[in-house]
Amino acid sequence: MTTLVAATGLVRTFGARRAVDDVSLALSAGECLALFGPNGAGKTTVLRILAGLLRPSSGEARIGDVRLPDPAARGRVGLISHRSMLYDALTARENVRFAAALHGVPDAEEATVRALAALRVADRADVAVRSLSRGLQQRVAIARAIVHAPDVLLADEPYTGLDAQGGAALTALLRERRAAGAALVVVTHHLHEGLALASHAAVMRAGRFVRFERAEGLDAGRYATEYQELVA
Amino acid sequence: MPETSAAPRRPFDWFALLAVAVTAAAYVRAIWFTPPEMLQGYAQKILYVHAPSAWVAFLAFGLTALAGAFWLFLRDPRLDRFAESSAEVGVVFTTAVLVSGPLWAKPIWGTWWTWDARLTLTLFLWFVYLGYLVLRGVIPERDARARLSAVLGILGALLVPFIHLSVYLFRTMHPMPVVANPDGFQMPPVMVKTFFFAFFAFTLLYAALVRARYAFATDRDALEATLDATPDGGR
Amino acid sequence: MRAPGLLAASWAIARKDLAIEFRTRSAFLSSVVFSLLAIVIFYFAWDPTAVGPLALAPGVLWVTFTFSGLLAMHRSFGVEAADGAIDALLVAPVARESIFLGKALANVVFVAGVQAVSLPAIAIFYNVPLAGAWLPLLGILLLATVGLVAVGTLFASITANTRMAELLLPVLAIPFFVPVVMPAAQATADVLSGRPIAESFAWLRILLAFDLVFVYACTVAYPFTIED
Repeated sequence: MTTLVAATGLVRTFGARRAVDDVSLALSAGECLALFGPNGAGKTTVLRILAGLLRPSSGEARIGDVRLPDPAARGRVGLISHRSMLYDALTARENVRFAAALHGVPDAEEATVRALAALRVADRADVAVRSLSRGLQQRVAIARAIVHAPDVLLADEPYTGLDAQGGAALTALLRERRAAGAALVVVTHHLHEGLALASHAAVMRAGRFVRFERAEGLDAGRYATEYQELVA
Repeated sequence: MPETSAAPRRPFDWFALLAVAVTAAAYVRAIWFTPPEMLQGYAQKILYVHAPSAWVAFLAFGLTALAGAFWLFLRDPRLDRFAESSAEVGVVFTTAVLVSGPLWAKPIWGTWWTWDARLTLTLFLWFVYLGYLVLRGVIPERDARARLSAVLGILGALLVPFIHLSVYLFRTMHPMPVVANPDGFQMPPVMVKTFFFAFFAFTLLYAALVRARYAFATDRDALEATLDATPDGGR
Repeated sequence: MRAPGLLAASWAIARKDLAIEFRTRSAFLSSVVFSLLAIVIFYFAWDPTAVGPLALAPGVLWVTFTFSGLLAMHRSFGVEAADGAIDALLVAPVARESIFLGKALANVVFVAGVQAVSLPAIAIFYNVPLAGAWLPLLGILLLATVGLVAVGTLFASITANTRMAELLLPVLAIPFFVPVVMPAAQATADVLSGRPIAESFAWLRILLAFDLVFVYACTVAYPFTIED
């Protein structure tokens, strides 16, 4: 299996604060890392480094064998942030199409329709994003992030605001991306949800990975108890 | 033994004392030992403040831009502390130029303000670097502050020739009567020497002020680092 | 998949910005109304028997363009900041310079649109004969607008990272507008008073040099203004 995401010795400081403190990880095609941790543990910062949005203070991150933030590496990443990253004056279709155009997707129109259908928002495609509900906006945001079929999908609390149908669509989509050979990093507060999806699980605290293991065969109930002790 | 929290005292700043002494000496020489200029009288002595201040102002902003440019590539916090210090001291000297200019112009040209090419350039430079300090003041994150102010400092340096060019062209297109031309008269050697002395003294004063301001910035950053490192002080 | 090149990406971003603007029209409308208000109010700031409207027009025009342009440029990064959309642009495999160029291009179109309304307005209100002067005037407008927008767009990106961006943008940008507004206003005055354009070449040269230096410098500097 080829390594898709490789981070070695990531450190990111803000002023004197070390938001990320010596984090290393490697994910191969089809693997999914569920990243847990309390607020301020550095999860989002790790994700932003892996997306090429933040420069690590030391260490390096690679997508495939290209070092971030090289455009060739960024182009293979899809990012679902805790913000929608949408233009609320434009329609869902225009937003997703614009992302497709920036990624050089060959048939942007078709890819746009497919992405919106996967999140079951195709019927609201021509409505301005600002008049969509929070949950529907989140679906469009996810469609925007996957329209170019990224090899690496980084998701920061992707289930926020989604209803049961939206959550199911997202879960199906994440599994489908995994099966297609993508590597995933999912930051979430929901241990059960995360463990059900993931091949690996990690807990961050104060900028460090304090626990990292294969997720398959883990008992979710026991993990939850141990997690509470770990981050307390 | 309980630790005392008194800050470590810095050794006495002999360099600052030297700079002040040399500056004082330059003024003693300018006021008492240099004869007044024939046409301008005692008002001409204001130029012993005006001209060296202008030199230091441009030096300060040039070095600020240079430090910013190097920061973008080296990311060394010392360069940013220097840029910050130099800009702040530069604004002080620019203010001295803008105050001493009108003081001299009133008795000589009969008006407080003239849109003289160099005075106008200095005025706009003053605005650019006041903006620079305001910008620094509103960005709490240290790296972002250094990065954005470096960009502004470099662009500010690029702007200087353009302002000079357009102000100069404005003057040639709309000539105003010239009452007295300070460049025109031949200075006797004693005045030239006093000028050189004043330039030297002000440069020394600039170095001393930047040094003191830099030391302050170092202390402040160290203090912030300690506060950030303590669990409750951080974000 | 092949990522779009610098120009293609800039064009896509500019089109997206203009589409947003066309959809909402709020910023454009307020800029136009602002310009008209400024033109009208400035008329009453002078004694028309002492200073003729023709003598006033160039100054009024350029002060108006400067401030309405700032409104446009401030908004230009506001739409990116609102829901974090700038992050999506930064993750996309396009050169970061293309974000700047796209935004600047959209701003040029925006400012040109405002000018297309306020120029006839000043011709009517100030009784300025544009008939014989419009071609050289167009040249001056283009040269000056490119310079204004290049600097303004970059500073909008700088101030977008700060609180009180709307206040800081004019404070930072206006000193940089001096070598644009002064030559542009002077050249406009020459052209409007019926002098041949050749007499303004010295001014136009400054504008052209400013455009070349600052379009390049701001494009290169833009990636440094992004959070990293």
